[in-house]
Amino acid sequence: MSKDYDVAVVGGGLLGSAIAWGLGRLGKRVVVLDEGDVAKRASRANFALVWVQSKGLGMPAYTGWTMRASETWGRLAAELKDQTGLDVALQQNGGFHLTLGENEFAQRAQLVTRMHNQVGAADYRMEMLSASEVKKMLPLIGPEVSGGSFCPWDGHVNSLRTFRAFHTGLKLFGIEYFPERPVSAISRSGGEFRLSTAQGEIRAGKVVLSAGNANQSLAPMVGLSAPMGPTRGQIVVTERTMPFLPHPLTTIRQTDEGTVMIGDSKEDQLDDRTLNHAVSAVMADRAQRTFPHLARLNVIRTWSGIRVMPQDGFPIYDQSESAPGAFVTCCHSGVTLASNHAFEIARMVAAGALEPELVGAFSARRFDTNHAATGSGYY
Amino acid sequence: MFKRSDQDSRPSVRIVVDGAALAAREGDTVSAALLASGRDVRRATAVSGAPRLPYCMMGVCFDCLVTIDGVGNRQGCLVPVAEGMQIEIQKGKREIGR
Amino acid sequence: MNTTARHDSYDVVVIGAGPAGLAAATTAAEAGLSTLLLDENAGPGGQVWRAIASTPVRDRNHLGADYWAGSELVEEARSSGAEIIQRATVWSLDRNLEIGVSVGGASFFVKARRVILATGALERPFPIPGWTLPGVMTAGAAQTMLKSSGLVPSGPTVIAGQGPLLWLLAAQILRLGGRIDRILDTTERRNYLAALPHAFAFMTSRYFAKGLALMKQVRAKVPVVTGISELAAAGDGQLATVTYVSGGRRETVPAELLLLHQGVVPNVNLAMATGIEHRWDDLQLCWSPVLDRDGNTSVEGIAIAGDGAGIGGADAAIVRGRIAARAAVEALAPAAAARLAPMASFKASLVKAERGRIFLDTLFRPAPQFRIPSGDTIVCRCEEVSARDILDAVAIGATGPNQLKAYRRTGMGPCQGRLCGLTVTELMAQARGKSPQEIGYYRLRAPVKPITLAELAAVPKTEADVNAVVRG
Repeated sequence: MSKDYDVAVVGGGLLGSAIAWGLGRLGKRVVVLDEGDVAKRASRANFALVWVQSKGLGMPAYTGWTMRASETWGRLAAELKDQTGLDVALQQNGGFHLTLGENEFAQRAQLVTRMHNQVGAADYRMEMLSASEVKKMLPLIGPEVSGGSFCPWDGHVNSLRTFRAFHTGLKLFGIEYFPERPVSAISRSGGEFRLSTAQGEIRAGKVVLSAGNANQSLAPMVGLSAPMGPTRGQIVVTERTMPFLPHPLTTIRQTDEGTVMIGDSKEDQLDDRTLNHAVSAVMADRAQRTFPHLARLNVIRTWSGIRVMPQDGFPIYDQSESAPGAFVTCCHSGVTLASNHAFEIARMVAAGALEPELVGAFSARRFDTNHAATGSGYY
Repeated sequence: MFKRSDQDSRPSVRIVVDGAALAAREGDTVSAALLASGRDVRRATAVSGAPRLPYCMMGVCFDCLVTIDGVGNRQGCLVPVAEGMQIEIQKGKREIGR
Repeated sequence: MNTTARHDSYDVVVIGAGPAGLAAATTAAEAGLSTLLLDENAGPGGQVWRAIASTPVRDRNHLGADYWAGSELVEEARSSGAEIIQRATVWSLDRNLEIGVSVGGASFFVKARRVILATGALERPFPIPGWTLPGVMTAGAAQTMLKSSGLVPSGPTVIAGQGPLLWLLAAQILRLGGRIDRILDTTERRNYLAALPHAFAFMTSRYFAKGLALMKQVRAKVPVVTGISELAAAGDGQLATVTYVSGGRRETVPAELLLLHQGVVPNVNLAMATGIEHRWDDLQLCWSPVLDRDGNTSVEGIAIAGDGAGIGGADAAIVRGRIAARAAVEALAPAAAARLAPMASFKASLVKAERGRIFLDTLFRPAPQFRIPSGDTIVCRCEEVSARDILDAVAIGATGPNQLKAYRRTGMGPCQGRLCGLTVTELMAQARGKSPQEIGYYRLRAPVKPITLAELAAVPKTEADVNAVVRG
């Protein structure tokens, strides 16, 4: 055997590094191949929620998968802290989706009912709360807030620090991280994979594709498919302020550093170098109507990023039949699902096969049957 | 640290810094008036609480952040003083509603 | 005071009312183009002529003839017909030449057929140990206080660094009766040799005699230590001492104020956020926009004039402002252009104004140890990130400034990288054995200066914009 590594992970974002870290934890020899400084990186453009509520409408299995991630995130945070000393500021005391006006409230209530009625989905106790009930938990809400949904499983984390903790951990596990080395071709011969890069060939026993939307072009190289439907999202961030928000919201959260992140848009435009101020304005306006005191805060950054988004909104985890040992992984919620990727997916990759009882529903073969309705892979 | 030139004949402007009156001059920026006062006007950063004073005085370094008339995190080096202006030296992160 | 523009669109919008911006606005307006001049300060003049219309320093000898030369340009701009708005912060400029402007806490947008960026320069970061201590400021900061409020240092004061501004400031402080205890000259000795081949050109520039006279004035009153190879500020929550090494000798002096200066660099934030292409300049050690002969950038319709186009000084800035404006007039009103002085005469003036620049750039090229810090020295003042933190991030995979943000938050504070960007690029380049050009710079975005959330919320929006955000 001449292969250099047990596993080559293509993509060093939150998904790729979580899997690589999980493999390192199991003692595997791993290489991570990544792009450089300027790339479409959801791992540094995300909203950092560890989010459960409303996930999985249209695919009950996704609800269970998300619940599992939420339950094991604490263990992930603890292990990262032990290994790297970095506190990723995980907070899981429940989260809100707040509504403005009666129409939005009614719409949200309907969604909650549909989620409850969905057969086979785990019950994650998402419930509608009136404005006065919300006010007890979030005293600074404004008069336009009509209420909202609350789920005790929801939370958030410092996602940049999580990224740094994973990369610090990779180094400590002796995993090789090669940035600025995009993969141009993958072939399989003699029981190993050969990954072509501008700096030479990398050989590995297995390959995991975790390259975000780029999986769409990489997957066919190993007999897999990953139909993606990316969208653009914008986020607005304020300066640091004293802590005021004890729970994260779907579109407003206060980071452990004190800044307030305000999300988010869903746009078809896929140029992440430009911004639409009018869209930011809608987000800013909703934020100040939700919490009037935010109006005076200074906006110090805004950005747009491209969402990694499988076509139907749900994750894709698949293994190749024609090229055994090749896996494809892509999902929108790389933060929420990080613990699953680090613990479950890594274990399955190490063992050489995905476990149908856990992730069988997420095979890309579902796209062949063509009944996949767009659900809420999102919140 | 700084003193005023004896050529300076600009009219006086009264501002209030942390409750105490201070005579500034018309045309001073808030930061210049604070530095000229000789008082301890160090702010504390929002990250570590480290003490800071203005560094660039031209609007780029954000080390002159100060609460002016109840609004936090203003760039003191870009705001001219005005009669009766209320200044508070900001310690740490911006407070809620300010 | 004007707080909003009179019109929604203009032929030419000039951003920045320093030498380049004043000259550009005057030229464009006098040629009959509708012209808007936006400036962040309380009065026109930029940094070099700061407070020219309001300075309390009455004795004209104190600030010098070069300072007062600015009043003529200010008068010309005021009578040119250009609309001028002061205290106007431009926070956004896009490829459609739409400009977001904040005045007094409210924003408006104007559209331009041509934009001339004259956003000038800022001082190069001087990241030595202790540079965040209260009492450590830039030389430019002291000069701003001197010009606009007649303030001069009164306690134990050390000035450290190099370059023409440092000597000018020292002379001005002394003329106004201020105190300077010591000047620490950080010019590398080997630079004198390197600059020698360019000395003749410099000796024929008007800066030569003036510079020598200034240095003589200052040296007569203040001890000057040359060949400084190490520099550090120290104190407990407040500057107390400055330590330096010269010729192998280490010395510590008490100080209440340390003024730092090692030249100026283009203020690139707005231009970069607009998507204008920049390149690393190996001589001036900074990012400069890629420009054609008339100052046009890689974005159609936007030109850059003045020090923002590459450091050239005030005289060159005036000419570059006129060149950019003339090019705008040629494009928008060719008949009017014929009545302006020919482009060739501007170009000849520019050659003259830039004479000796290479000499200055070579002589005052800052030493690596003052640009690329190590250990605990703070690089990013806003997020309080040290050189060691950045090297640690490189060790686990950070390739450039943008990935570094993810690892360490550098450049993510309110200054948006203005005080750390160059240091980060050079530090990462050194650590990775790459060129600064290969390492690159932060990807910047509007708002390039903070605006309030309410101000952003007030931006006009369509139903499609609302639908892009609201979900059930």
